[in-house]
Amino acid sequence: MNFMNPALAHGLINAAYLLVAFLFIYGLKRMSAPSTARSGIVWAGYGMVIATLVTFLALSGTPDPAGLLSTNVVLAVVAIAIGGLIAAYTGRKVAMTDMPQMIALYNGFGGGAAAAIAAVELYAGENRGPTLGALAVLGGLIGAVSFSGSIIAFGKLQGLIKKSFRFGGQQVVNVVILGAAVVLGAMIASGVHGEALYVTLFFVAALVIGVTMTLPIGGADMPVVISLYNALTGLAVAFEGFVLNNAAMIIAGTVVGSAGTLLTQLMAKAMNRSLGNVLFAGFGESAAAGTTAVTGSQKPIEASDAGVMMAFAQKVIVVPGYGLAVAQAQHKVWELAQLLIEHGVTVKFAIHPVAGRMPGHMNVLLAEAGVPYDLISDLDEINAEFETCDVALIIGANDVVNPVARNDKSSPIYGMPILNADKSKNVIVIKRGQGQGFSGIENALFYLDNTRMLYGDAQAALNQLIQAVKTVG
Amino acid sequence: MIDGIIALYIFMLAGFTGYEVIAKVPVILHTPLMSGSNFVHGIVLVGAMVALFNASNHLEQAIGFIGVVMAAGNAVGGYVVTERMLEMFKASGSKKS
Repeated sequence: MNFMNPALAHGLINAAYLLVAFLFIYGLKRMSAPSTARSGIVWAGYGMVIATLVTFLALSGTPDPAGLLSTNVVLAVVAIAIGGLIAAYTGRKVAMTDMPQMIALYNGFGGGAAAAIAAVELYAGENRGPTLGALAVLGGLIGAVSFSGSIIAFGKLQGLIKKSFRFGGQQVVNVVILGAAVVLGAMIASGVHGEALYVTLFFVAALVIGVTMTLPIGGADMPVVISLYNALTGLAVAFEGFVLNNAAMIIAGTVVGSAGTLLTQLMAKAMNRSLGNVLFAGFGESAAAGTTAVTGSQKPIEASDAGVMMAFAQKVIVVPGYGLAVAQAQHKVWELAQLLIEHGVTVKFAIHPVAGRMPGHMNVLLAEAGVPYDLISDLDEINAEFETCDVALIIGANDVVNPVARNDKSSPIYGMPILNADKSKNVIVIKRGQGQGFSGIENALFYLDNTRMLYGDAQAALNQLIQAVKTVG
Repeated sequence: MIDGIIALYIFMLAGFTGYEVIAKVPVILHTPLMSGSNFVHGIVLVGAMVALFNASNHLEQAIGFIGVVMAAGNAVGGYVVTERMLEMFKASGSKKS
């Protein structure tokens, strides 16, 4: 195929890739502030469109020994249409609460694509020397692990996989399979054994690692794992970029690799876990030790009383947690907040870094309900304000407001930053029952003298509260 | 086109860039940003296309085809969900005097 002078096409491609790299980085930069975030993704989107279109120029001067090039071009167009349409449809359909697993799925596809690039290169068996061979193998390994791991993460969060498969010696098995993959990869990269059988075995081993590594991890830790796989996919894309000599892939992949690593660390830190702890130890095992005896009793309150209490308050701070997300009550809570604001109450939302299912997820849910982001404060901004607040309304949150994290050294959550809801004059807790939080630790907050419990589903309880506030009128 | 040491320079500088761009991000944007960076590595589509263009037998065509389908899913899906999330972030404007 030769519809353009190859040298000219090459120059155009390189110039376009430079622009693409700029658009991606500039887009990410804009995405890191709320007011410009929306435009950021649009900028990055233009970059992707340019990159895709200009890649068809690369056809110019592509050798075509097998005579398959025109078929391949048709295949590529069909493949883009299929993948794009399915993703566009599912992406539009998915509920905001299911966002984490959807990101996991799309990320897995990216990893799978990187592995596919490596597979085409490796099955072709062209000897590109040990350095490029090693990069192709490494990208393939990371991409395949990210692919199968992300699929498992998706299955777990979607509720398709309910159990956490754990057995003795699991770590040993993982290490053995990883070792096998590395040895196979080394043989392929060095050119000792480039045969299809070895390449196949290598990819099978890599896919198995992703599965066995992810299966034992509990659902609550999954966001950290998804973020890690996101970073890994970036790295795999960068490595395959080296192999294909593609600057746009190298830059975009590396930027995502390092940004994703930082995000993963921030998330793990917000959950008071180290990354190693998330990957190699189940939460249940470490939590079993903490059994602090809590004295006192939980004191229930009627919704009508709670409503009156809030309607006559000066300042109410709402602390939404996972329970709110599960009950899909984000619209109700905003309705209640608006009513209170009409009554002259100052209402603020306090978001713990790990509220919802991943850091920032709760903000997305509240934003969906129409809560302006300047009413939403994070932990550092709001913690001092609890002392001046009349009512702290806790909705489906537990561990993130447990004062035990501040003062009980024996507790597994000791040291985790918490929202100081216990410092406010009154605390109302909306909770389904008397059970414990995700960590299985008793919450001392629920037993304080100034705490009242409003039992029920978040959706129903908020409805009652709204009615109660309306009657105050 | 890009020789070894230049490639390493690109790798290093891009690494720092990613770190710096994300470093000052408020927690409220963590999820959209993870989604946004997920979209950015959708650039793998370009590589998958090149791999498919160069495929010289049916096996390579099949793998390349699957690769392009997945890469397009990554890019388009990543864009759609990120855009949906970010669209919802609004300041209160009129409500605050």
